[in-house]
Amino acid sequence: MRGVRAVVRGIGELFITAGLVLLLFCAYQLVWTNVEANREQSQVSKSLSQRWSDPQAQAGSQLHLTTADFGKGFAFIHIPRLGKNFTKPIVEGVRKSDLARGVGHYPKTALPGEVGNFAVAGHRATHGEPFRNLNQMRKGDKVVVETKDTWFTYIVDRTLIVNPSDVWVIDPVPGKKNVAPTQKLLTLTTCNPRWASTQRLIVFTHLLTQQPKTAGPPAALITAAG
Amino acid sequence: MYAWIWRHLPGPVVVRLLMSLLLIVLIVLGLFTEVFPWAERVLPFLQVTVNQ
Repeated sequence: MRGVRAVVRGIGELFITAGLVLLLFCAYQLVWTNVEANREQSQVSKSLSQRWSDPQAQAGSQLHLTTADFGKGFAFIHIPRLGKNFTKPIVEGVRKSDLARGVGHYPKTALPGEVGNFAVAGHRATHGEPFRNLNQMRKGDKVVVETKDTWFTYIVDRTLIVNPSDVWVIDPVPGKKNVAPTQKLLTLTTCNPRWASTQRLIVFTHLLTQQPKTAGPPAALITAAG
Repeated sequence: MYAWIWRHLPGPVVVRLLMSLLLIVLIVLGLFTEVFPWAERVLPFLQVTVNQ
């Protein structure tokens, strides 16, 4: 009788423990990953601003990203629709560790302002969730990308929900294989629905205007601030 | 299980209490730094890229 009791108690304790671990996992996902990501993102932002203001760094040097740059910030993205002061660093790479540091640039896709498709991915839930409200984007919304010396203003063409296997959305010319690109595109990807990843939410944009940093921030950001 | 651990911790009640707390902290730390990041990679939740 005592033996049976001990076994039953042991099983009960195991279940309670499992429940506690699952609760902790939720806390980790919902709270801790955001705490960590916010800390990392502000570090990335700070080091990027420092590199930009470094007078020794060559002015106007061409941006060139390799696998050695994974996880390093190289630009900022501003999206007025997602918040008056919505600014996130864009880092190279879309590995989990890269996406925890900001919005990730798909390696080998175009760079900001280049002909082709500048494609980025961001978390919609947990890990800083930069693209939490990406579903609110509408045709005509502006997305501003800030590099060392240039502001690029992109304008949203359309949003689309696709399957995770639809890699074509980040092709140089989305939907057309083996066609030389002529347009300068920016494509944002995140998961859909927010708490799952059965689909992907895609926002297609194209370059509207660009201006040097010396000319001050673009209209899209000024009107957003006012 | 918990009673078993309690019985096998040495020392007076205060020491046992402190050791239990330390044990809990270590386990939670291990979960947050090792187990949960691993579980997250393995579980198919919250993926945001195409074809990954």
